[in-house]
Amino acid sequence: MLSADDLDLIRKRLQREPTDVEVACFENLWSEHCSYRSTKNLLKTLPTSGPDVILGPGDDAAIVRFNDHLALAVSMESHNHPSYVDPHDGAATGVGGIVRDVLSMGARPIALMDPLYFGSLEREKNRYLFEHVVEGIGGYGNCIGVPVVRGDLVFDEGYNGNPLVNVVCVGIVRPDSYITARVKRPGNHLVLVGASTGRDGLGGASFASRDLSEDSESSDRPSVQIGDPFTEKLLIEAILEMAATGKVVSCRDLGAAGLAGASSEMCSTFGGLIHADRVHQREGNMHPVEIMLAESQERMLLEVDPGDVALIGKISERYDLPWSDIGEVIGEPSYRVTFHGRVVCDLPIDFLCDQAPLCEWKKEPYSLERPFARPSTGIRDLALRVLSHPEVADKSWVYEQYDHDVQIRTLSIGRDSGLLRLDGETLALSCGCNPRHINLSPYMGTANTVLENACNLACVGATPLCIVNCLNFASPLHPDIYWQLEQSVLGMGDMARKLQTPVVGGNVSLYNESDEMGTQIKPTPSIGMIGKGTRYSIPVPKDGSVLALLGETGGHFGGSVLDALTSCGGPVPPEGEIKNLARIRGLLTENPAIYATDLSQGGLLAALATLGIGADITLDGDILVQLFSETYGRFLLASDDESAFRGLPCRIIGTCGGDGLDITCGSETFGIASDEVSYALSSLSRTMRSW
Amino acid sequence: MRFAVIQFGGSNCDHDVHYVISEIFGVDCDLLWYKDGLPRNYDAIIIPGGFSYGDYLRAGAIAARTPVMTEIIEHARVGRLVLGICNGAQILAESGLVPGIFTINRYPKFICRWVNLRVENADTPFTRAYSEGEVIRIPIAHKEGRYVAPEDALKTLETTGRVSFRFCTPGGDLLPDANPNGSANHITGVLNSQGNVMAMMPHPERASEEVLGSSDGKGIFSSIIHHVEEKG
Repeated sequence: MLSADDLDLIRKRLQREPTDVEVACFENLWSEHCSYRSTKNLLKTLPTSGPDVILGPGDDAAIVRFNDHLALAVSMESHNHPSYVDPHDGAATGVGGIVRDVLSMGARPIALMDPLYFGSLEREKNRYLFEHVVEGIGGYGNCIGVPVVRGDLVFDEGYNGNPLVNVVCVGIVRPDSYITARVKRPGNHLVLVGASTGRDGLGGASFASRDLSEDSESSDRPSVQIGDPFTEKLLIEAILEMAATGKVVSCRDLGAAGLAGASSEMCSTFGGLIHADRVHQREGNMHPVEIMLAESQERMLLEVDPGDVALIGKISERYDLPWSDIGEVIGEPSYRVTFHGRVVCDLPIDFLCDQAPLCEWKKEPYSLERPFARPSTGIRDLALRVLSHPEVADKSWVYEQYDHDVQIRTLSIGRDSGLLRLDGETLALSCGCNPRHINLSPYMGTANTVLENACNLACVGATPLCIVNCLNFASPLHPDIYWQLEQSVLGMGDMARKLQTPVVGGNVSLYNESDEMGTQIKPTPSIGMIGKGTRYSIPVPKDGSVLALLGETGGHFGGSVLDALTSCGGPVPPEGEIKNLARIRGLLTENPAIYATDLSQGGLLAALATLGIGADITLDGDILVQLFSETYGRFLLASDDESAFRGLPCRIIGTCGGDGLDITCGSETFGIASDEVSYALSSLSRTMRSW
Repeated sequence: MRFAVIQFGGSNCDHDVHYVISEIFGVDCDLLWYKDGLPRNYDAIIIPGGFSYGDYLRAGAIAARTPVMTEIIEHARVGRLVLGICNGAQILAESGLVPGIFTINRYPKFICRWVNLRVENADTPFTRAYSEGEVIRIPIAHKEGRYVAPEDALKTLETTGRVSFRFCTPGGDLLPDANPNGSANHITGVLNSQGNVMAMMPHPERASEEVLGSSDGKGIFSSIIHHVEEKG
């Protein structure tokens, strides 16, 4: 619903009552989801340009140069609220939407990533959501033949009743032939291609911008769209064939706020006239509000010269896709909709698209850090509990449901980054964030999230090219949440600048709170980071390989997996060192046989347990600090030849081999047999296969 | 020599197979949109993986009833080669070109994983580059890949050398854990009675370059090429 203030402003500007179609347009286009009312000023602080950025934020996807012949189209979105109401279809249509964002740039989608955030799997409801979200992503992505090559999984009680489903898509296009979503010439026609319009997903943009109330599941279900990946696959091939003709002047995907959202924003460079009755419809007797706002999936709007309409129609028909010639670009700055000859909407287009009043929120800092309280449990039990934590455990139950090999570019979906071959080089992909750290220190935690993703890329020898983000937060009406949001964006921007990596796009998802569960989410500024390298091979540690640790370790338990399991508290990790990034990239480039992984959730122990081979380790100092601390900017390295580490400020901590992990630290010694390690790491798969 | 790769709406491994045939093997290969039919004779036709018609109804069921399949059945009848991979295998089964069906996996989820296959018959146009009993590594990616056939049909397949591949351990043993989808007798590659049509769930085009993890799948394409060359 529009607020009374917004409605007053609209009446004043129009000098009349808005029509029902107009009210619906404002309700959706002035929502946070479409207009960034709460965050526009914060987002301005992010670095968005760089030598490789061809097109920054503001279009359906950013365009970033990969090399002289190829550019990447990169986009990221959330589909949180729909995925709670209907996990399968909500997650599936999230994939569909982000893929069309990339497609509308004239780019072929080649990879997906999906950072996911759920409440604890001990609750049956969360297992249900998790199971169906994964199936929804897989079902859609597999069918359209775009591999999911990377993800992130976080479990925290704050996501009860409000899981987060974020998706990143990367596409490829020639640097000189991408298509934007802004119309270029009055007189051109607007052609709608793809699925017919029904009453599905009405009001999705405004639905996505409010908190989930107690009865949301049943009453909001009509707001969730149903995806049809088969039609999406046809649409991909049809749009790429249309783009290849050079006749598509501009193109936009129909997402939030349906045809009204797409056509008004697309036409905002000039003006637009839409004949709503000409839209091909799936149901009878549709009202113009329904036609304009429905979020039926798998639809695209194209600007073409009137003389090219028939060509576009012919290509559509080759792919069995219905289409209609629904309007035109006009020279006056109005957004006009007619329905059987009657004008049902006539608005100043800049007022609708660019002048949503910004919100000012109060902010209030908080501090949640607690002193470290040493857990009384024995070290071996702690180790097994950390390895069984679903964030540390093996994720094969998830990634085996995704076709990660289709398009035959995938070199690895290893522990650190997804790695694809692309035009003789490599494309590396990483995503996610650490909400527990960010909750304790929104600025530092978010800066470290950016660093950690860059460390993931470094482990496959890649240098970051760009970042996309999804700012998932609770309601900014709470002053502590608005402070959290502000600090988080500042932390992201500062680290992005240090790494000289621009933030080229993203979205904002606020009001992630659940009345039903009495929860609000921890701050989740989830990012996707895309990088580039030359190293094709991912070696595996072998029997006798020497293990070394690069980077200093401190007693940083606050927000760690150990903290999540034992509530031990402790200091949050400070900003990690960035100097090791270049060292790792250099080392890996010179020595293709070296294995590297970065230390993140679960600390050194998690990195050791996922080497895929036993290890005999000797450490100094406090064993809890050495094994479980989550200090950023650290790497575990394995090499057959110890001399490869010469000149590197790392310390040798042991060798690979033997049955399981044998760990000595000062006077303490313990071992975990390999079958115990495997059993602990299989916790996620066991939970999901047996319920 | 000329191959064709058929593109149905929803095929998504068409470009991958085309790339392997034309770039790795240097063989002429046409991508054919199913509506356009077969414009000429081909030495081999490959029906690639994907989700033709979104797997609606049953995987492969709708594609099997398109006019181009009538032409492909005729192409097979006169002895030319047809290979169906993944969704292509499902289409061949639904068309009746091979016996049995590929249905929902025992654990009813999509599964994308590298698996080991034992070559059961190395005396076919599709497997002659291998030796009998050899174990090869090729990935699978499917939700409906569990091979099922009536008892007597299975017996016929087994006794007439029409099982080409079985899921196995790296050492070639048929242990239950090595059968990822619960296929009857671990079968994941079958031939028609003439031996010129093969349906297989694993994706050899994804295992045709070492950089992607294995080149074990190349043997299938090189077998076809040698067979065609020999026949002239």
